[in-house]
Amino acid sequence: MSENIMPAEKLQETMDKEPGRVQEALHQLRKNKGAIAGLVIIILFLMTALLAPVIAPHDPLEQNISLRKSAPLTEGYILGADDLGRDLLSRIIYGGRISMIIGVVSVGIALVFGILIGVISGYYGGWLDRIVMRLIDIMLAFPYVLLTIVIVAILGPSLTNAMIAIGISQIPQYVRMVRASVLAEKEADYVTAERSLGASDLELMFRSILPNCLAPISVQATLGVGEAILSSAALSFLGLGAQPPTPEWGLMIASSREFITTAWWIVTFPGIATLLAVLGFNLFGDGLRDMLDPKLRD
Amino acid sequence: MTEKMNNDEILLSIKDLEVNFYTYRGIVQAVRSVSFDIKKGETLALVGESGCGKSVTAHSINQLIPMPPGKIDNGEIFFEGKDLLKLSEKEIRAYRGDRISMIFQEPMTSLNPVFQIGEQIADVFRTHHGLKKDESWERAVKLLELVKIPSPEKQARSYPHQLSGGMRQRAMIAMALASPNPGLMIADEPTTALDVTIQAQILRLLAELKTEIEMSVLLITHDMGVVAETADRVVVMYAGRKVEEADVNDLFENPRHPYTLGLLNSLPSNEKYRGEKRLEAIKGQVPDLLTIKGWCPFENRCEYATDICRQSFPERTELSPGHSIWCHLEGKYE
Repeated sequence: MSENIMPAEKLQETMDKEPGRVQEALHQLRKNKGAIAGLVIIILFLMTALLAPVIAPHDPLEQNISLRKSAPLTEGYILGADDLGRDLLSRIIYGGRISMIIGVVSVGIALVFGILIGVISGYYGGWLDRIVMRLIDIMLAFPYVLLTIVIVAILGPSLTNAMIAIGISQIPQYVRMVRASVLAEKEADYVTAERSLGASDLELMFRSILPNCLAPISVQATLGVGEAILSSAALSFLGLGAQPPTPEWGLMIASSREFITTAWWIVTFPGIATLLAVLGFNLFGDGLRDMLDPKLRD
Repeated sequence: MTEKMNNDEILLSIKDLEVNFYTYRGIVQAVRSVSFDIKKGETLALVGESGCGKSVTAHSINQLIPMPPGKIDNGEIFFEGKDLLKLSEKEIRAYRGDRISMIFQEPMTSLNPVFQIGEQIADVFRTHHGLKKDESWERAVKLLELVKIPSPEKQARSYPHQLSGGMRQRAMIAMALASPNPGLMIADEPTTALDVTIQAQILRLLAELKTEIEMSVLLITHDMGVVAETADRVVVMYAGRKVEEADVNDLFENPRHPYTLGLLNSLPSNEKYRGEKRLEAIKGQVPDLLTIKGWCPFENRCEYATDICRQSFPERTELSPGHSIWCHLEGKYE
């Protein structure tokens, strides 16, 4: 019998051939052109956001009245200047910084609360789950933008409050998704097995089950960053987010929309920046979903 | 109960266990007045077909039945003299994976897919022994070696999906062995999902480990071949009831309950199939546990059944020391 157990070398060979998870993920990524494009855009924005003071040719707040509304490529203003003579490119670069922070912070808020509530609700079930889910249903019944506006109206208009508002109004979707994954995972045999080894509820929830739910969560979070950037631009456009003279994309569009016929670049370039950033996150999020879902692989 | 407690030979003693599941359709009487003892170092096999309550009985020991809908309505489970059913969730958790560990049926799904197997085993060392990270990892590798996983150091870094079924079952066993002082190992159909050669290896491994580490095994199976190979004593269950209990040799040589007889007769390896006879199966179906009556549950399938079988559940008949059946016919039929 013991001879049967020991084709060790052979077993080892086949195992060495099997690619690790990282390699496999990279392989999947390489096949997905959209995801690569998304990733490139995201990295580009991250780099410009991090290195803003280094790359920006001008101070984003510095005004040059004599060069108001100068067209792109004049006097060293690559994308032109806005109605107060501030360099548009520098403002967009600094605006990227703010957008990135908004995206990450509000998704962070939504993630923390969404995961916490979703895991507990899904794991314990019963009356607790029913109450939580009805509250979430109420939140979902409000239109997303309206809910955000209501929260900002309560907290007062500022960039920080806009982040909090966007985060809060994103919570329901994470709760629903996390709960659904936990409901599926908690019936799995490995949960019973780990319970039989003495794991407590807390350990089961956050150490055994949660890591198994991370795939859909990471997809949702990536898409959520794009959504949050868009929402913050919308809020700022409505005057509920960033306040002048902050170089925020939505605010830049809002304050220059009257010049759309006379100086198109002031309103167009921040719009393109927003579009690109959101597109990047959406492309990468979609690609991530395809990568993580074995059913969509070819 | 006191006499059992004084007998230090007995590790686990289940008395009059009754488990019901309260479902929308009604009360499912999964286990009814089941009692048995497991001695130290003994392998007891719990045999019966699907749905006979063998798994529920085993899962009652460390209280892994989902409650609700399940509920242990009656009975006592003494483990080293302590009634496990009277313990709080926190106290019972201290037993799980420490004194009572478990191997599951499906090695494919019983390991957490996102952690390396070494990590999962090391985790048990960390929670129960309070070991540091490096040391617990070393111990995990040693355990993998003990269950004969080739190049354990390397395999400890594999994820479950990278291992074959047999290897995963070994990893499961290693995990169950990570308990600091295994007293009882509950093996819930440990070989059902494996093919025959791997099955033999795993059973052999279990037998070896049992002598190496002094522990008792509660083996749950529906496979009489596995029983013959590994068990010391056998409890046959049918529809939530115990119908026969005997030493493994007694059971195979002299099965006295009509159900046990039917089970053994339906084995292809039975000598009477040397000719070209067709395999004999037990006629009829297992009764629905929702609507089960108070009399012998095997009555509707038993070819020897008489009127007395429809009156009450039979009392215990001791045929010889250690060999009992629960049958109105008391083994007197031909």
